[in-house]
Amino acid sequence: MTRTAKSWIASATLGLAALILAQPASAAGELKIYNWFDYMPQELLDKFAKENDVKVTMDTYDSNETLLARLKAGVKGYDIAVPGDYMVAILIQEGLLEKVEPNQMSNFKNVKKDIVDVYFDSGRHYSMPYQYGTTSFMVDSTVYSGNIDTLGILFNPPAELKGKVNVLKDVNEVVNAALRYLGFPRCNSDPAQLKQVNDLLIASKPNWLSFNSDGAKEVLVSGDAAAGMIWNGFGLRARQEKASLKFAYPKEGLTMFMDNIVVLKGAPNVENAKKFMNFMMQPENAAALTNFAMYTAGVEGTGPFLSDVLKAAPEVNPPAGATKPELVPPCDPKVVKLYDQIWTNLLK
Amino acid sequence: MAGAIGIGISGETGSPRNAIGRGRAMLLSPALLTILFFLVCPLGFVLVYSFLTSGTYGGIEWIFSTDAYVQFLFERDIFSQELLFSNAYLSIFGRSFLQALAATMACFAIGFPTAYFIATRPPSQRSAWVFLVTVPYWINLLIRTVSMLFIIRDEGPINYALIAIGIVDEPLRIAYTDFAVGLGLVYSYLPFMVLPIYAAVERFDFRLMEAAYDLYAGKWTILTRIILPITRPGIVAGALLVFIPSLGSFIAPDLLGGGKNLMIGNLIALQFQGSRNWPFGSAAAVILMTIVLVVLVIFARRQARQRV
Repeated sequence: MTRTAKSWIASATLGLAALILAQPASAAGELKIYNWFDYMPQELLDKFAKENDVKVTMDTYDSNETLLARLKAGVKGYDIAVPGDYMVAILIQEGLLEKVEPNQMSNFKNVKKDIVDVYFDSGRHYSMPYQYGTTSFMVDSTVYSGNIDTLGILFNPPAELKGKVNVLKDVNEVVNAALRYLGFPRCNSDPAQLKQVNDLLIASKPNWLSFNSDGAKEVLVSGDAAAGMIWNGFGLRARQEKASLKFAYPKEGLTMFMDNIVVLKGAPNVENAKKFMNFMMQPENAAALTNFAMYTAGVEGTGPFLSDVLKAAPEVNPPAGATKPELVPPCDPKVVKLYDQIWTNLLK
Repeated sequence: MAGAIGIGISGETGSPRNAIGRGRAMLLSPALLTILFFLVCPLGFVLVYSFLTSGTYGGIEWIFSTDAYVQFLFERDIFSQELLFSNAYLSIFGRSFLQALAATMACFAIGFPTAYFIATRPPSQRSAWVFLVTVPYWINLLIRTVSMLFIIRDEGPINYALIAIGIVDEPLRIAYTDFAVGLGLVYSYLPFMVLPIYAAVERFDFRLMEAAYDLYAGKWTILTRIILPITRPGIVAGALLVFIPSLGSFIAPDLLGGGKNLMIGNLIALQFQGSRNWPFGSAAAVILMTIVLVVLVIFARRQARQRV
């Protein structure tokens, strides 16, 4: 007993020593990233750390709203965040971003021309494109084999899918889907129409299994849910684990999102953050990210580095005739309040 | 605590008694300062915030308002803008109380026999049993809760076993229900019930039981009229230790309940995250705290009266 204990302690000590030695003795600088969950391959962070002699750490969040709430709560110390399109507009308006002029960086020439003058940051003074994609839902074709290209799957599910639907824990994604299903405009403050949205959501809730964003893939792969809202790249990864999952292009419409790297106001390591932006605009690195996250890169020239999986995937290559996805701008504060009211009412 | 401060600051200096008092005050000061700084101050903020106006994108504006408390009971109709009584938040509180109460009773039902069993082992074995009770606590609550989800899900081992032995044809829906939340709460807080009851039963003088048998008392009578009354302080402590954290829990409802039915903890968390309404989150926290305090005071009074 004592002998085993001793050898156990010895090996533990050795292991610990090895761990300590394996750490870079002392990196020249630091970079702290606040990113969406499951949205960045570790190898890419390691590569950046090695090339620039920087210690990189990353924390994660599960919605644009959580990011905003944390920043407004005065959370400090992060250099980089990855907000979606409308959230970039809000963060700029709230003075939470550092104007680092990515458009002056050496790799900016690689950015796709049509996403330079975007509404949320025209000319790209604050942000550079990270990944873009669509938000829709998937259905397990072994459970339900009918037509899935309608939001009725979520709001009026066929018998096979009742009680087996997961929706994203994200007020905008859910309310926007409901608005599309009812044929109402987005960023809506019409009380009569919002009342209908509210009633639709309340009526749909008994058919839903759960509200889950970071588990959106897991819940489909495990079979707990047979239909679930999901972002296209995450959905592609889900299909790799469960081939019977089919990504829907609902005829009523779907959301396009565009995530961006930004530098936060008061970032302790602005220079490293700018280096990271430039690093991510290099086609090879943008491709490594795309091969992991499986959305679409905002940078040209990634083609030769992309994995074959992406080339034919219906999740990232919409079939002919599929509805065109739509970017939803940030809504008026009054509308935001109404949406929040509907959301809390739904979750009560 | 109040008594200790009294000893420290009252009376004249110089006497040995006072020196002891000062010493005690010094010893207590780290704890008192910690409580003052990390408990009283944040609670003060919460109270102040609950009477302010919320900023559009989170944060607060320094404008006095009782909206947060009004919102708790009334909602402004989206349709007509008039204030209507709404039980939305009351129902969240109601659900939380029922869940916490159910968890407490289940913990008692499982915990009391367990504690009794441990306390009646030979003294040399008891610490080993107590040690076993605490083993799950070596693992983070979040990880334990997620593991629970893996076990109870449709394609998890429980349903697999039930189908294999032919009790059910299709998976029993356990995950993502209120029952799963209760299961999670019981699993999370069971040791809080076992340990105080164990401490009480261990001190129980078993000669009282022999005396009762001699007087022809049945097993049920002995349990209800001797063991339970004497171990009551342990039971009350255990019940409070399970009930209060269950009331505010938010991991179990979020993960095991699928985030579908909010409990108070989730409601408060939501106000500081997605909904960005700090004053309302603060008000909900203040209301919860007040209710808990009132319950505790009533309890303490009744206990004190019974002791006299």
